[in-house]
Amino acid sequence: MQLPVINNTATEAPKSGCSAGSCGSTDDQMNHLPEHIRQKVFNHPCYSEEAHHYFARMHVAVAPACNIQCNYCNRKYDCANESRPGVVSELHHPDQAVKKVLAVAATIPQMTVLGIAGPGDPLANPERTFSTFRQLAEQAPDIKLCVSTNGLSLPEHVEELSKHNIDHVTITINCVDPDVGAQIYPWIFWKNKRIKGREAAAILIEQQQKGLEMLVARGILVKVNSVMIPGVNDKHLEEVSKIVKSKGAFLHNVMPLISEAEHGTFYGLTGQRGPTHDELQALQDACAGDMNMMRHCRQCRADAVGLLGEDRGAEFTMDKIEAMEINYPEAMKMRAEVHAAINEELESKRLAKEAKVQLVNIQGLKGSPSPQSSPASGRGSNSEKQLLIPARPVLMAVATKGGGVINEHFGHASEFLIYEASSEGVRFIGHRKTIPYCEGGDTCGDGESALDVTIRELAGCEVVLCSKVGYEPWGPLEAAGIQPNGEHAMEAIEDAVLKVYDEMRVAGKLEPKLDEQQKVA
Amino acid sequence: MALEIIESCVNCWACEPLCPSKAIHEAKPHFLIDPDKCTECAGDFEDPQCATICPIEGAILNEDGNAMNPPGSLTGIPLQKLAA
Repeated sequence: MQLPVINNTATEAPKSGCSAGSCGSTDDQMNHLPEHIRQKVFNHPCYSEEAHHYFARMHVAVAPACNIQCNYCNRKYDCANESRPGVVSELHHPDQAVKKVLAVAATIPQMTVLGIAGPGDPLANPERTFSTFRQLAEQAPDIKLCVSTNGLSLPEHVEELSKHNIDHVTITINCVDPDVGAQIYPWIFWKNKRIKGREAAAILIEQQQKGLEMLVARGILVKVNSVMIPGVNDKHLEEVSKIVKSKGAFLHNVMPLISEAEHGTFYGLTGQRGPTHDELQALQDACAGDMNMMRHCRQCRADAVGLLGEDRGAEFTMDKIEAMEINYPEAMKMRAEVHAAINEELESKRLAKEAKVQLVNIQGLKGSPSPQSSPASGRGSNSEKQLLIPARPVLMAVATKGGGVINEHFGHASEFLIYEASSEGVRFIGHRKTIPYCEGGDTCGDGESALDVTIRELAGCEVVLCSKVGYEPWGPLEAAGIQPNGEHAMEAIEDAVLKVYDEMRVAGKLEPKLDEQQKVA
Repeated sequence: MALEIIESCVNCWACEPLCPSKAIHEAKPHFLIDPDKCTECAGDFEDPQCATICPIEGAILNEDGNAMNPPGSLTGIPLQKLAA
């Protein structure tokens, strides 16, 4: 059985008429976008699931001040080993930031995007943020500029934003209801006063929505980030998704709350838990009926450098940058060549994939959605489903360091990408961070070994694909019901996932589980 | 009459541009308020601006040495959790 590759489709048939172009795969979704938008996102690692395997980004930490307080943030925090928003090692003045961007873009030619994301709010630091953007638009015109904001002072800055080389803005919108907002934001600073509670949330929400509308009206692409907080806004985010989509946001990124007690945040200290992998996926799937969803976000630091999922920030501290000699015109030339080569590779992959889907369609195999087909593409009709051999979906974890291939050793992986294979194809679900097993030893305090952490993080996965797996973790992985597999090294991820899924089908491992059969009946 | 910034300041720059009397300056290890310039915003704003945007409880003191934003007042974290 040959299966096509699909991404980002809803796990269940859409509940109600999912409009064309809103629920296809990531590639599919890109194909449905107007050409001018597709051109804006195809090489943006944060906007395109495919691009993130190839293109790099960086953040410069020039924006330390913030004008609101979020219950998931702690302004005192600064850690070299943490990867999450708001964490930085070095704060930069705009001139230093520009120097750093030029140095990084010369060293990592895959770099396409420079973002300002904090550590506070970029638009609460307008002089520092815009000074950085102005200089970069002039000195590195081939680098796209991005900004991420809480939205409170967005309306007053939309005009200035539209003047620079900025065609993407991310707004963090966690609610559209002030009663929900009052549980997330203890205060805002607004017109020279600190405002608390519901009133504060109402102002913030109004500004965010106004800013979103103004950006869309100017043709600037808007992504909406939402933090999923169980019991606070988890049910509410479906509503948020509908509203931001209706206003023209083109991508929604629902991220899990990070709330470790040691981070000292309100949520961390009051025991508010983050969502489980299953809860996050269920919400993302529920929102996907209405909105293009992003699932590859790594919630990176406000000074992250490199491909998503890696952080090369330590190579570019100010003292190291001072010592570097940068031939900037040469670097820009090299970058153009590298980007052209990647684009060519992506284009040929896209054509190959299209050809494969065509072939499957001609052969008339069931369960072969075409990206170009009707609104319900990606999911066959019920009558088609009944003809399929019963085969339950399987989650597989993949170790990769980029390029869309299986090219990481199990023991060296600091994260795994999670894919779901089903009788309808393969789709990307998300990523799970772990501690590289080879670094060994005990992790922070609780005596749990790195392998235990990985096995816990991979819960629900039945296969882990990597370029190599050592003898030692093999037994514990199998005991946990996760089959290690090192047979597909250097193969394209989605092709390998399909092959393994088909092997499982042939081996009779895909019979629906008993409880699932009962559910269906 | 002057406010004071103490060592728990995280150098976030939020207060500096808001000060109507330019009394706040960047310094190591933390920002400082020039007591000769600070007016506590009298005549300019209802509330002292630095203390009104400061995200760190206890980092800004009034002239009596008391925290303008006492523990728990900004984050809402219960005091026993803060102590733990």
